[in-house]
Amino acid sequence: MVPMIAVWMKIESDRIADSLREAREKLDTADGEVVLDFSSVRRIDAPAIKALQEFAAAAEEKSVKVALRAVNADVYKVLKLVRLAARFSFVV
Amino acid sequence: MTQNASTVNHEETALTEERKAYLDGLVAQARTAAALFTQYTQEDVDGIVRAMVLAGLAKAHELAALAIQETKLGVLEDKVIKNMVATEFVYDFVKDKRTVGVIREYPERGLVELAEPVGVIFSLIPITNPTSTVLFKCIMAIKTRNAVVFSPHPNAWKCCDESVKVMYDAAVKHGAPEGVFSCLQSHTLADNAYLMRHKDVALIDATGGPGAVKAAYSSGKPALGVGPGNTPVYLEKSADLNMTVVDIIVSKTFDNGTICASEQTVVIDDDIYDIVLKKFADLGAHVCNENETKLLARTVIDPKTGFMQPMAVGQRAVDIARFVGLSVKPETKLLIAPIQGVGREHPLSVEKLFPVLAVYRAKSSDDALKTCLDVNHAGGLGHTAVIFSRNDEVIRKFGEMMNAGRIIVNSPGSIGALGGVYNDMVPTFSFGCGTGGGNSTTDNVNVYHYVNIKRQARRTPPHMWFRVPNQIYFNMNAVENVAAFPSHSTVIVTNPALEQIGHVDIIRRYIPAGTRVHISVIPDAEPELKTVLKGVEELKFYRADQIIALGGGSMIDAAKLMKLKYQSPSADFEELSAPFLDLRKRVVQYPTEKVNSARLVAIPTTSGTGSEVTPFAVMTDKERGRKITLADYSLAPDVAIVDPQFVMSMPRGLTADTGIDCLTHGLEAAVSTYASAYTDCSAMQAIRMAFKYLPIAYEQPDDEEARAMMHNAACIAAIAFSNASVGVSHALAHAFGARFGIAHGRSNALMLPHVIAFNAAVPTKFMPSPNQPGYVAHKKYAMIADLLGLGGHSVEEKVQNLIAAVERLLDQLAMPRSIAALNITTDEFDRAMPDLVKTAFADPSWLSNPRMPLVSELEQLFRAAYRGRGQMTATAAAQRSA
Repeated sequence: MVPMIAVWMKIESDRIADSLREAREKLDTADGEVVLDFSSVRRIDAPAIKALQEFAAAAEEKSVKVALRAVNADVYKVLKLVRLAARFSFVV
Repeated sequence: MTQNASTVNHEETALTEERKAYLDGLVAQARTAAALFTQYTQEDVDGIVRAMVLAGLAKAHELAALAIQETKLGVLEDKVIKNMVATEFVYDFVKDKRTVGVIREYPERGLVELAEPVGVIFSLIPITNPTSTVLFKCIMAIKTRNAVVFSPHPNAWKCCDESVKVMYDAAVKHGAPEGVFSCLQSHTLADNAYLMRHKDVALIDATGGPGAVKAAYSSGKPALGVGPGNTPVYLEKSADLNMTVVDIIVSKTFDNGTICASEQTVVIDDDIYDIVLKKFADLGAHVCNENETKLLARTVIDPKTGFMQPMAVGQRAVDIARFVGLSVKPETKLLIAPIQGVGREHPLSVEKLFPVLAVYRAKSSDDALKTCLDVNHAGGLGHTAVIFSRNDEVIRKFGEMMNAGRIIVNSPGSIGALGGVYNDMVPTFSFGCGTGGGNSTTDNVNVYHYVNIKRQARRTPPHMWFRVPNQIYFNMNAVENVAAFPSHSTVIVTNPALEQIGHVDIIRRYIPAGTRVHISVIPDAEPELKTVLKGVEELKFYRADQIIALGGGSMIDAAKLMKLKYQSPSADFEELSAPFLDLRKRVVQYPTEKVNSARLVAIPTTSGTGSEVTPFAVMTDKERGRKITLADYSLAPDVAIVDPQFVMSMPRGLTADTGIDCLTHGLEAAVSTYASAYTDCSAMQAIRMAFKYLPIAYEQPDDEEARAMMHNAACIAAIAFSNASVGVSHALAHAFGARFGIAHGRSNALMLPHVIAFNAAVPTKFMPSPNQPGYVAHKKYAMIADLLGLGGHSVEEKVQNLIAAVERLLDQLAMPRSIAALNITTDEFDRAMPDLVKTAFADPSWLSNPRMPLVSELEQLFRAAYRGRGQMTATAAAQRSA
């Protein structure tokens, strides 16, 4: 069965952590997969990492799958190095 | 340097969970910072580094004062200088260095080097150089996009913590990731042990004492460990003594001798010993008498361990003298203690990180070198050695003798070793001491030790070649060209049969009048070593300046070897036959020096081997029961005369055998991994000519055109394989022919159809072939089929048509089509199989085959050749042809 996409949210490059916090609020109503669109994000910072870690933890608690869309290679490498990549799925 | 650390595991277990969580937190924030750092550009980090350097310079004095206050070691003014060197001088070295992305490019080699940060570094800081080492390591880390957790010596952590803060604030203010540096506020050996083994620590940079270095290397992590020193100094009689004495005082008193590269024992030539000591005394040193030296040794060296007493480290000379009970002038800078040797019975011959300098009076230059070596081996291996001399030979010898990462010449050891001030060495505060010091490097540690250097290697087309003899004369009566070669003494190398049928006379007819001519008759079908050596003696006797080789491939090969040995008597056939993979990279080089010189003119009397143009020669060593194959372009004849009049009388069997050898040369050269456009044109033309003219030459031996064309085809095919080499068919044929005494061409005929099918299939194992655009053997065969007009729509079909055409040709020449047809029994063949396979696999011919043959595949090919593909009926042949 194809999972239902409950949340599709574009992450804004200049307020990544805030965007993730807003997306996190929607997890309560999510019933399927959450897609976070990183297409406009070129670089991430420490607060964004922290927000992603919190988002992953919250999603895992609610058994919601999270897919990150259009993550560029530089950001993907950061997620690999901080061992966050394994907690998400990635879509092109 | 006196950092304490331990590798004891039980200390790790002493950590509370809370403490572990604290340490884990430091590493986690460093890991995140290092990860985020990977997104930074060179410009990003260079901007941050510049800001840090300026911040460090601004705080150089303040941090030095803090270090003095806390550690009670060293000299304020010198610590300020150290802090400035650690910032300004280090910046001068690193500012233009590329440490992000592509760091070096070698376009001519197709190589690019890229930097990959190491990640989290756990760094130990010594008490002796605390603030300067922190400043230095922070700059290195940011320049290379790494994060650091610092662990300072417990008695230096406040000044280190402040230094880290200065660097951290400047770095983060200018964009560095938060958490990039942290400093353990107070810690135990257990903390260090835990962090050294932490899964997220990528590298340990241990600047400290032997314990710290050992702990770092024992942790199982990559480590940069900096060991202790014991710097020997050779003051040789030719040195500029005024400069030398000042340099040594500058160095040994710098920060009260706390730099581990500073001078420890000065070995002085006897001639200048007294003068040097007087100069030291004149400039503020106190030269101890025998009793004072004993007192000093007893106080500053621990008699139990034989190492320096920590309380003396970094203290002033006058304070040490007062403590010891010596009466010295208040302005005394340095205490000089004469010693009579090196070792435990001479306590002051060890490392002394305070202004006490041992001196030794050398009885000779040899004694001086040996004593320096003793000091070097008494705790200073791999670290630093110093020489003062104006004698280049002595300086070179000293460099060869000492095991030291830094060998400082005519300059102060401590500041010289730091680099960038007195010399062009890389500036550092961390000295690699190589294996002698239990370290992984002898370098002055700098930015390139903080990155993983990745090498991106582009495919580069190999340099190829196409070499042929200068002169090739061909067609009927080409032998007339012999008249154009002046010679005083010509030796014609030939066999009795050719002499008998008048071929030698034909040649003699064209040799210019006045030339002394000698005939060297070689009776063997395949020349032996002793025959070749006998021929060389004849060449020497007649002082030959020209050798004319008249005969088949073996005869011409013999002449090639005679010429080689005649020109270069030191040539060792055994050594020159050593195997090689690539002609250009071979271990054994052919001699280039010549004591004699002779032109080699090759006149072939068969149309197959092409030896008249090849760089190969085969000879039998009967005493050892083996064949020696030599290959080098210097063996190729100078002149080839391809005159068909010498092959008109070739028997039909020999015509067929040598003709198939020629065809095999063409077919194997065409698909070789060394094939090029240059060799393809020769190979394909030879194949075309062989298909057309070999049957005619076989059926109508008197057909001059066919004989001429086959003679040319053999030479052209040889030009191709001289440059592209051959393949598996030759490897199989060599092994089979030698074992069962079957002619080379006939042996190839048995293998060839199977080898074409083998090469045209998808290989089990591909042969590395940088010169080829993928696997092309089957396409090359198809191209040949097209050239021969064999038809076919697909590559597969064309390959099959080519195999069928080869088989038709073999049938036309009445070649045996299976090994079984040679009356070799199955049992006999089975018994021979292990040796056949072993010999074929050892044969270098297949090294250029497009498909790498597995040993099992060589056996399969032999077995296929034994069975044969079956003689085609005329109908089947017609059908295949259609």
